Amino acid sequence: MFKYVTKRVYQMILVLFVVSIIVFFVMSFTGDPVLMMVTPDATQAQIDRARMELGLDKPLITQYFIFVKNILRGDFGKSYVFKQSAIKLIIERMPATLELVFVSVLLSIIVAIPLGVFAGAFPNKKSSKTIMLGSLLGISLPNFWVGMMLIFVFAVHFRVMPSSGRGEVVNFLGMRISIFTADGFKHIILPAVMLSIQSLAILLRLTRAGMMEVMKQDYIKFARSKGVLQNSLLFQHALKNALIPVITVFGIQIGKIIAFATVTETIFSWPGMGKLLIDSINRSDRPVMVAYLMIVAFIFVLLNFIVDIVYTSIDPRIDLR
Amino acid sequence: MVEKLLEVKDLKTHFHTFKGIVKAVDGVSFKLNKGEILGIVGESGGGKSVTGFSILKLIEDPGKIENGEIIFNGENLVNKSEREMKEIRGSKISMIFQDPMTSLNPLYTIQQQIEEVLKLHTDMNAKQRKQRCINLLDDVGIPQPEARLKSYPHQFSGGMRQRAIIAAALAAEPELIIADEPTTALDVTIQAQILRLMKKLVKEKNTSLLLITHDLAVVAEMVDRAIVLYCGQVMETGKIDDLIHQPIHPYTYGLLNSIPRLDDQKKRLSQIEGMVPNMFELPEGCNYSPRCDYCQERCLQEEPKIREIHEGHRVSCHYPLSREG
Repeated sequence: MFKYVTKRVYQMILVLFVVSIIVFFVMSFTGDPVLMMVTPDATQAQIDRARMELGLDKPLITQYFIFVKNILRGDFGKSYVFKQSAIKLIIERMPATLELVFVSVLLSIIVAIPLGVFAGAFPNKKSSKTIMLGSLLGISLPNFWVGMMLIFVFAVHFRVMPSSGRGEVVNFLGMRISIFTADGFKHIILPAVMLSIQSLAILLRLTRAGMMEVMKQDYIKFARSKGVLQNSLLFQHALKNALIPVITVFGIQIGKIIAFATVTETIFSWPGMGKLLIDSINRSDRPVMVAYLMIVAFIFVLLNFIVDIVYTSIDPRIDLR
Repeated sequence: MVEKLLEVKDLKTHFHTFKGIVKAVDGVSFKLNKGEILGIVGESGGGKSVTGFSILKLIEDPGKIENGEIIFNGENLVNKSEREMKEIRGSKISMIFQDPMTSLNPLYTIQQQIEEVLKLHTDMNAKQRKQRCINLLDDVGIPQPEARLKSYPHQFSGGMRQRAIIAAALAAEPELIIADEPTTALDVTIQAQILRLMKKLVKEKNTSLLLITHDLAVVAEMVDRAIVLYCGQVMETGKIDDLIHQPIHPYTYGLLNSIPRLDDQKKRLSQIEGMVPNMFELPEGCNYSPRCDYCQERCLQEEPKIREIHEGHRVSCHYPLSREG
């Protein structure tokens, strides 16, 4: 186990290194940030001076090594716009995004798994067919449209939900969190619903497919012949076996949820790091973009690592070596 | 004193498929006494397994028990609700399956899977349950049972898995065990061991056993009485000695004749001609008539009724072979 973890940590470092190369070089092709920063009537001398101050006059390779050296010290550079540490800007906004992602992920699990189990165990029931139809809609409807419709229906028409912002926040373990206040909770519902719909539908369908397969197995019949009760038959004997592919996809889905949070945050003016990214792209604020991408890549790699660990706790046949 | 444990009367289990109705079990009746081993024999598709599953009411859609009574300990199981059946399954009647490689849940330890029966059907505490599991594994001949409790099925060989399944089936000391081809998936040496083990355990505890198999050698060695099924109907039933040595139904005779003999010099093995008929298009009259060497005009028109030829020896044939034949 320890050996496996060390091996995986090496792999993770390697992946992040490769990501850093890609991110850095792709970023350097996205236009000249100096031109965005100087005033329109700046002279060539001023432009050159700004370029020198930012270190952008050095060869690209040298720039990259400086960049890596700084990252290793935890320094992602200063935002061109805010004149603050880029990483600090992102970390400040991270709780808002993580909170939104967390609620969405939780929502998908709570809804998708039981419905998927039901639809898989009783595929011929009318309610199962309704569930499957709903999940089809969830997969096919464009995400941003669903968000706007949610705002239109619940915020504009019925006026029961707020349409933007985070509401009241409280300090929790040094982070500013909103779900613990009634107002904040109300604010998170619509964005979380929008963000979770797609992965919810995918998880539901996967769970159902897995359940349908598993319910035909001999060990389910054997369990029934032992007199096992319905709930434990479905949610223990069967679900556990159906869960392996679901978890694989789930790891990827969490990543997708984080990525899609940028869209959701934009639509609901949610002050998270996704919105910061969009703003930074619009302003060519390179250090923030780079820092964001590196952090998201890190979260992705970490999630996949966790998923692999979770496998072994579920399936004894999966060997970590 | 012989005590009746199970009586199946005119059981009909039909499957309603798109293509039509399959009468998998069509009017099967038999009795099983306490401590007795009864064999159900027949070719694949004869309705043996469905009979077994019907007794536990584990028939899944599109199958349905259409008719008949399953009287177990004086109570008719056909009328029991699913909830009542759950209390019977595993505690009063348990089942052993054909393929030990797929019958155990791969994600639970051997202990969890045996213990589950005890949790559901007894008041034992955790310590007693563990001890009982150890004893059970010991009984079925698994060495170092205590160390093996924490094993997962994939760490067991086929024979050991079947032993573990038998242990689970015996856990709550049921009165009836239904074994559906328990040794078909095992190799021959293990087969003999498992069968001997089952016979010993069943006789020790005075449990009744319903042994479903297509293997007449197994039946000859194991059972007290047997019924021969063909196309969901009983062809012949009687004491095993009568069936083996003096079969009176041509089908039983054919089955017995199909067993290769070591002392035979013939080049070709004998077999029953033809195949089990398509269950959607059963022949008129006797179901066996198209394959029967002794088929006559009457067999093609009229379905034979089961009748007693000799004490305890019943047959469903218009022209049974003579007992001396």
